[in-house]
Amino acid sequence: MTCQVETTDLEAPTRRRAGAGLRGLSTSEVPRAEKFALMRTGELGSMHSWELVTAVDGPGTRMTMFLSGCPLRCLYCHNPDTFAMKDGDPVLADEVLARIKRYRGVFSATNGGITLSGGEVLMQPAFAGRILRGAKEMGVHTCIDTSGFLGANASDEMLDDVDLVLLDIKAGDEETYQRVTSRSLAPTIAFGRRLAELGKKVWVRFVLVPGLTDDPRNVELVAGHAAAIEAVRPGTVERVEVLPFHQMARDKWAELGRTYELGDTEPPTPDATEAVRDVFRAEGLTTF
Amino acid sequence: MTSVSQAAQTTGDDAPVAAWAGFTPGPWCDQVDVRNFIQENYTPYEGDGTFLAGATARTTGIWDQLSAMFPAEREKGVYDVSYDVPAGITAHEPGYINEAAELIVGLQTDAPLKRAIMPNGGWRMVEGALNTYGYPVDQNLKKVFTEYRKTHNQGVFDVYPPNVRAARSSHIITGLPDAYGRGRIIGDYRRVALYGVDQLIAAKKVDKLTLETQPFSEKIAREREEHSEQIRALGELKEMAASYGYDISGPATTAREAVQWLYFGFLAAVKEQNGAAMSLGRTSTFLDVYIERDLAAGVLTEEQAQEIMDDFVIKLRIVRFLRTPEYDALFSGDPTWVTETIGGVGEDGRPLVTKNSFRMLQTLYNLGPAPEPNMTVFWTDKLPQGFKDFCSQVSIDTSAVQYESDDEIRAAWGDDAAIACCVSPMAVGKQMQFFGARVNLAKTLLYAINGGRDEVSGKQVSPTVAPVPEGQPLDYDDVRARFDKTMDWLAETYVEALNCIHWSHDKYAYERLEMALHDKDVLRTMACGIAGLSVAADSLSAIRYASVTPVFDDRGVVVDYVTEGDYPAYGNDDDRADSIAVELVESFMEKIRRHTMYRDAVPTQSVLTITSNVVYGKATGNTPDGRRAGEPFSPGANPMNGRDTHGMLASALSVAKLPYEESQDGISLTNTIVPAGLGRTREEQITNLSGLLDASFGGGGYHMNVNVLVRETLEDAMAHPEKYPQLTIRVSGYAVNFVRLTREQQLDVLSRTFHGTV
Repeated sequence: MTCQVETTDLEAPTRRRAGAGLRGLSTSEVPRAEKFALMRTGELGSMHSWELVTAVDGPGTRMTMFLSGCPLRCLYCHNPDTFAMKDGDPVLADEVLARIKRYRGVFSATNGGITLSGGEVLMQPAFAGRILRGAKEMGVHTCIDTSGFLGANASDEMLDDVDLVLLDIKAGDEETYQRVTSRSLAPTIAFGRRLAELGKKVWVRFVLVPGLTDDPRNVELVAGHAAAIEAVRPGTVERVEVLPFHQMARDKWAELGRTYELGDTEPPTPDATEAVRDVFRAEGLTTF
Repeated sequence: MTSVSQAAQTTGDDAPVAAWAGFTPGPWCDQVDVRNFIQENYTPYEGDGTFLAGATARTTGIWDQLSAMFPAEREKGVYDVSYDVPAGITAHEPGYINEAAELIVGLQTDAPLKRAIMPNGGWRMVEGALNTYGYPVDQNLKKVFTEYRKTHNQGVFDVYPPNVRAARSSHIITGLPDAYGRGRIIGDYRRVALYGVDQLIAAKKVDKLTLETQPFSEKIAREREEHSEQIRALGELKEMAASYGYDISGPATTAREAVQWLYFGFLAAVKEQNGAAMSLGRTSTFLDVYIERDLAAGVLTEEQAQEIMDDFVIKLRIVRFLRTPEYDALFSGDPTWVTETIGGVGEDGRPLVTKNSFRMLQTLYNLGPAPEPNMTVFWTDKLPQGFKDFCSQVSIDTSAVQYESDDEIRAAWGDDAAIACCVSPMAVGKQMQFFGARVNLAKTLLYAINGGRDEVSGKQVSPTVAPVPEGQPLDYDDVRARFDKTMDWLAETYVEALNCIHWSHDKYAYERLEMALHDKDVLRTMACGIAGLSVAADSLSAIRYASVTPVFDDRGVVVDYVTEGDYPAYGNDDDRADSIAVELVESFMEKIRRHTMYRDAVPTQSVLTITSNVVYGKATGNTPDGRRAGEPFSPGANPMNGRDTHGMLASALSVAKLPYEESQDGISLTNTIVPAGLGRTREEQITNLSGLLDASFGGGGYHMNVNVLVRETLEDAMAHPEKYPQLTIRVSGYAVNFVRLTREQQLDVLSRTFHGTV
């Protein structure tokens, strides 16, 4: 494994109050010094919010948890409030697992489960690992939603507890990837290949942003990467989701006082989105 | 005990009733027992909807003929009014849409969409409506109903005490059925088909005999009088059917007759009573027995069976009542709540789903979506998957189905219960309710803070106590204690109002035909209700978890609040807030129970607003949760708009915590989702909706309205109503034509949590 890995420092959440996003989980009041120790062992994590959602973050109805902290700075990010780990709420893994336990009936009724999203779930591998292990012990279907940039943070043991990976391929070549995310594409490609080798199921996701990621060559390259993952072990890429860019996050960027470069970007037309889906379909991939 | 054996004897001792040939006999043959008939004879259906037939040219022709009349009706508010004939079972000549083509006949008046006046409820409502729609007021009739014949409305106001009047005019107790028919009584219309009217009359005569052997008391005299009225009404029912060329003295002999007989029973009820909800009951599976018998005998095809059901539903869709604009503001969209209960599982575990359950829902395809009849599916995870998925599909395509917990209702009221109105369950033919509208709990909290003064008018309404102290944040324990005391007063005043109303309604606007289709001894519930639960719960949560400082005006009345900090809001599956809502439901119910109920009714309550969440909000000042004065409440038991941030299911699970035992008249939850929020493919959307319903009801949920719509459709419908004559959406327990809502209510629907993803 030669992919370059950024070191990811754990940053303890500094918030004290339960934010709107965490209603329902009792935010842990833990002294700052202890927080680091607990975060290293994965007993404490930094979370932005959670939600029970259907049909967006994996199959069925899912408890999707948005962890705080992300190494990428995607221009189109719709959760820019999850960039910094320190801005999240401190949450104990046990609290999260208690809630997952409460929703076991929901998951079995809907063929759903949990999805760890973010932010970047692999910024907090110990915390994520504990939750995934606990969920599997309860027989709950597990899913992680990741860019793959920190794929090396995911140990094989951790991936044993993951049923499905939503892998975001944000661009097809290094240059575009750099422009979109400020980071490198290679780790994502390597992670995708590794997932296939491990026999994991993958849903590839690609956000279509006019003027940023909709260049036909870029689209073809992303489709090629997806096809390459599928080629490692046929049946790996169960579906591709082409997600049309939307402007719902514009206010969030403004509230955070961050510069939003896509303020004038229009969502792609349904026809344009369909045309991009066809590029993936041409690679033999089931695409929505 | 209601016996039909005497009647059976008159047709010959040993000969089985010919109309019942092929049915499995049982106790139902010897006494009125429709449930037993169904249990002995119905055929559960575990398959899917592929057997269904589409609309015939005849069906489409009749529906098109009516549809051409709807725009004029929408434009004017009514199509036509029979303004000079007081309604009654036999008051009007027979009416038809297209006599030659109709399979099921009978209209409320002598022409379709022509509304009758029903003065027994109150003359004011009649006169108001006639003036509104530009019809003459017949002075003779006015004299009769103001001078000679007392109405329900007059009766109530003769007995209302001042405290009730004050609570009523300050909008803390609202929507009371004191000027209109209470409704929410379901006649067991199936009895007409199964037994024929003569047997029912004979049975009622036996019941009356038992009353005549008891010595006089006010109770016995009333019951004797009521039985006489019931018997008279049954006679008129026969007479009315005869005017259409049908002799319904004996049982129905075919599927078409069964539908026709049953419909005549229902028609007689809606000819005479302008009840707030005139619900149908649980008829589909009952009728399936007749359809199965005819199909097996080869005298009916699937297409014909569907055609009969389609024609039946056309009739149910054009039930109309003459109402005033004030009434429409409370119950918007001209609802009649012809609620039909479908599905569920029997006490023996067999699903009560039949092919006719599917046919009833199929009418939404054959005739297009519509708010009436109010299609209500009793949901449990034990329903056959084929039926579950068909329901989900119909919901996605039409938004015209609501769901109630079969498990809760069966446990409380048995497996032959049906919904009256939106969420009120009752054992058909054995139970009725005294409809009690609702109290405004959010406003009650403001009274508690203001020492009993109204925050809008400044008037003292509830008993005087010192208001909260100035210049400091509200103290949770103090406010909670004040609220408790104010709720004591509210419960007492409320029950007093309801007792007055129902005493008068029984006296001046008795539902003789509907009650003729009930057993002699009926379980009565006093159906109280609360509105503004989420506002009250969130306000208390804000006081407890954030800092809420009252703002006084120069009258010394608290008119606003400065709320600082975060607080957990009801609707996020967060016990801190949800437990407050639970506690409010429990404590108000307990306070209601302390009082004596008219006619020994069993007190219940609902958490339901219908569309009145808008008017209640309008009458309520700023609240501590940050809601601004005049802003609508959330409907029913829904969390406040936009505060449920953890998805539709988390929101539903919060609502599911409200205990059904403490709100046995139902807990309403309305959800709007976009199709894409349910899945990528149609198949996936159907599976996911079925799963969501399983999860919600499995989590203790009682009710769910499911709207599957895109926001753009609603916005376009507001701009171009003529393009969407049939656009149906579900609001707090019933469906309405979106284009018939007031603009204010349309905006409320739009602003409500629009769950883009579920």
